[in-house]
This record gives sequence, structure tokens and C-alpha cells, in this order.
Amino acid sequence: MSSNGNSGRALPRAGRALPWALVTPALGWTLLFFVLPFIAMGFSSLTAHEGGGFTLSNYSQFFTNPSYWQAMVNSLQVTAIVTVVSVLLAYPFAWILAEQVPERWQRLALMLAVLPFWTSYVVRSYSWLLVLAQNGVINRALTGSGLMTEPLQLANTRFATVTGFVHFFVMLLTLTIFANLKQLSPSYRKAAADLGAGPVRTFLHVVLPLTLPGIMVGAFLTFVLCIGDYITPQILGGNNELLMPQLVMMQIGRRGDFPLASALSIILMAVVTIAYLACARWLKIERA
Amino acid sequence: MRWFVRTASWAYALAVYGFIFLPVVVLVLFSLQATSFPIPPFTGPSLRWYDAVLSDVRLTSALVNSLMVAVLSSATAVTLGFLSAWGFARFVLPGSGLLRGLITLPLTVSYLIIGMGLLVLFNWAGVPKSLLAAGIGHVVINLPLCFAIIYSQMGDHQINIERAARDLGAPEWKVLLLITVPVLAPAIFAGFFLSMTFSWDEFVISFLLTRFETTLPVEIWNLLRSGLNPKTNAVGSLVFAVSIVLVVLFELTLLRRRKP
Repeated sequence: MSSNGNSGRALPRAGRALPWALVTPALGWTLLFFVLPFIAMGFSSLTAHEGGGFTLSNYSQFFTNPSYWQAMVNSLQVTAIVTVVSVLLAYPFAWILAEQVPERWQRLALMLAVLPFWTSYVVRSYSWLLVLAQNGVINRALTGSGLMTEPLQLANTRFATVTGFVHFFVMLLTLTIFANLKQLSPSYRKAAADLGAGPVRTFLHVVLPLTLPGIMVGAFLTFVLCIGDYITPQILGGNNELLMPQLVMMQIGRRGDFPLASALSIILMAVVTIAYLACARWLKIERA
Repeated sequence: MRWFVRTASWAYALAVYGFIFLPVVVLVLFSLQATSFPIPPFTGPSLRWYDAVLSDVRLTSALVNSLMVAVLSSATAVTLGFLSAWGFARFVLPGSGLLRGLITLPLTVSYLIIGMGLLVLFNWAGVPKSLLAAGIGHVVINLPLCFAIIYSQMGDHQINIERAARDLGAPEWKVLLLITVPVLAPAIFAGFFLSMTFSWDEFVISFLLTRFETTLPVEIWNLLRSGLNPKTNAVGSLVFAVSIVLVVLFELTLLRRRKP
């Protein structure tokens, strides 16, 4: 029996060694292959590309070179557009799935909505290229039906990048917002109706505020995954404008400049950390 | 009013479904294209591009590599995740909130940065690029996920069963293997299959950390350099099929838990 009155959670017979033996492998892995690499990256970012020696030039380059700075501006703009558009598209969709679709079909409807989630990530961006290319599906449809005489330049633009991203994040946000809407007890809505609120007021003053945590979690995930992604902008955006991950990969791929790539990665991570701190109170993992 | 809401809802839902399915339908449709360009008009149907994929040694060996890395890294991630989840849920450890935070921290960092960090570290330590290096990276991204899934399912009600086993004289390792693992099997499988889908589809880490032998997403990336090509459509459709199988397994393991 538990003797130390710790709500039955401490196990006297186990001794002190066992719990540490259980958590050490996972902690060790995280320290060795996540924290240590991060420290290595930090050191690397402070060395010169040629010849070593400590320098802050990798960071100062970011702030003085307009094209590097521009990549961050582009990244933040694209991420902001993607996050807002995805939430605006996904919320009504999740609401329709949760409220308008009959209960017994909901699971199927939701599974269908997230099915393309599971295509290969690289291939999904490529598929959008098939749709948006000069002689792709949309342009063929437009010129074929006589609506347009010249094909539109859709691929290799910011529009293509945003479309590819929104496609992915609408699915993600639909999942999180749907889960949130289903968790709402119907009695809240009944109470609001009893007190004389119409459907619009009920939605604005009861449903929306209560689902805000879900929206915030989804929006944060969108932000993190979007700003750090290399594939979608590289395949769909072409090289007309660079986003931060493309810039990082360029330093490694073309120039082998690990120090600069490290510095840019750390700056990118700092931005994500600021976003995390801004919505930290919504992002708690709790035990059921 | 009700009629209007219903009609508008249907129209909106159909539009979103159309948007979501458009690229996938185009992908699969033009993988069946008979001619060499995956663009309209559709000239199919033909299975020649699937044939081309399955007889391409680079693609098939990359597929085997991908499956191998996915299985081994997911097994490692789920084992470490389970042990630590059990440790944190059952014992009082000093600073456990902070340590749990440390384990889940990689969730908030983009794959690109995790891959970059490992690349710099391995470069310094003289570890060559390999599937093993990529697999280590996959454990880093999937461990927090497995931990979070399993930890969230460790309800207090299971403590009593474990305590009963101890009172009947079972040593800790027996409690773990004969009680906790079977009780939490759905969460463990869910973590495993979800990790599999993420590892199987992961690109950036594998791209940075492998050289000669590599995974399927990286091979597909190389294929993309040749422009629009029905072979890419075919291999993409195959990857989609495998992912769907994994997701169905994931769903089944979770569903089994929901109706005890």
C-alpha cells in the first residue's frame, strides 16, 4: 500500500532508481539528438564559414542583407495569409460537419475531409502543380471553355504557394475545430436560447469564444508548420521569391555554408518561439 | 431561413470537398495516363507507369528503405515514449513538469531545423550521412508524439490494476509487461502507426541526412527534377495507398479502445 499519502502515485517498493530508469532513455535521446544538435548549431552560427574563429557576421548579415531580410518578410506574410485564410475556410466547414451533417455520417464525412492528408507531402505539392501549371487542369478548363484566350500564370507564384499550404491546413484545422465543436455541451446553446439569444448571437457570444482555444491551437500549428516548410514553396512558388526555409537550404545545398544556415535556422526558431510564447496558455498537453 | 442555411451549407461543404480532393483526383487520374504527359486531355487508361515504377530499382529500393526506417524508428520512438509516459504518470519525479516539457519540445520545432541541427552535429562528430542518421532524426520527431498520445491515455483507473498485481507479488517488470502494456495496447499501436505515417512521408530530415541510400520521398523529389511525369503520379498514388492502409490500422486501433 502507498504509505506516504501521495494520492497513491508514489510506489514505495519501487525505490528511486526505477522511475529514472524509465524516463532516462527518452530524456537522453532528446538531450543527445535534439538539445545537443541545437547547441552545436548555436556554436556553428557563431563561426566564420572560411577558417573558423568566432564572429557575429552571420547574424549581422541577416539584418544588413536586404535579400535575407526580405525572405523573412515573405515568410511571415505567406504564413499570416495562410493561417487566416485556412481558419476562415475551415471554421464554417467544421461547423457544417458538426452541426448540419447527421450524426451517423459525421465520422465518414470527417474521414473523407482529411483523406488527402495522407498522400505523400512531396507528391501533394506536385499534384497542385498539375492543377495550376501553364497547361494544367485549370488553364485547360479556362481556355477550353473559351473563358480565357491566354493561360493564366498560376504556378511559380505566391498564389500557388498559398494554395498548396491552405489545402494542407484546411484539413488540419477542420480536424481541430471539429473536435472542439463536438466537445461543446449542447446545454450551453439551450441556455443561450432560453435566455432569448438568436442563433447569430448564440454563435458570436457562446460558441465562438468557447471554441477559441481549438482555433488557437490549430492556428499555432499552422504557423509553425507553415513557416518552417521547404517543400511547398520550393515546388509551387518556384524561385521568384524566397522564403526562409528555401534560403536555409540554399546555404547548405549550393554554398555549403553551414554557419550561415545555422544562424538563419536559429533566427527562424526564435520567431516560432515568440509565437509560442504569445499563445502558450492555449497550448497545454493535459492528461485525461 | 432554415432552408437557406441548409442549402448554403451543402454548397459550401461541396466546394471545400472539391478543393480538398482536386489535386488527389488529378494525381490518380493522370497516373493512369497512356501518353507521356500528365496533363489534359486524358488519354488513358493504362497501367504502364505503374509498371515503370515497379521495375525501377532506385524507386523500389527507396521504398524498402522507407518502410525499414519507418518501422524501426517508430518502434524505438514508441518504446521510449511508452516507458517515459509510464514513469511520469506513475511516479513523482522532481521537476517532472519541466522534464515532460523537454520531451515534447521537439513538437514545436520545424523538421528543417531538427534536420539542420543533426546535420551540424553529425558533421562535427564525423558521423557519415546514412539511413541510420535519418532514422535517428525520425525518432526525435516522433518520440514527443508517442509520448503525448500514450501519456494522455494513462488514466488513474489503471493504477488500481497495477497495484493489485503488485499486492499479489508481481515484480515491476511483470506489472509492466503483463498489465500495463496490454491495457495500453491501443494507445501504443496508435502511437506506432501514426509515427509510421510521419516517418514514411518525412522528406527534409532524410534529404539532409542521407546520401547514397535514401528514402522514397527523397527519390520522388529527384524524380520531380525531370518535370511533370506520369511516373511521379504513379509512385505518388502508390504512396497514397500505403498511407491509407496505415491510417486505417491507426483508426482501427483507436476505435477498438473507444468501445470497450
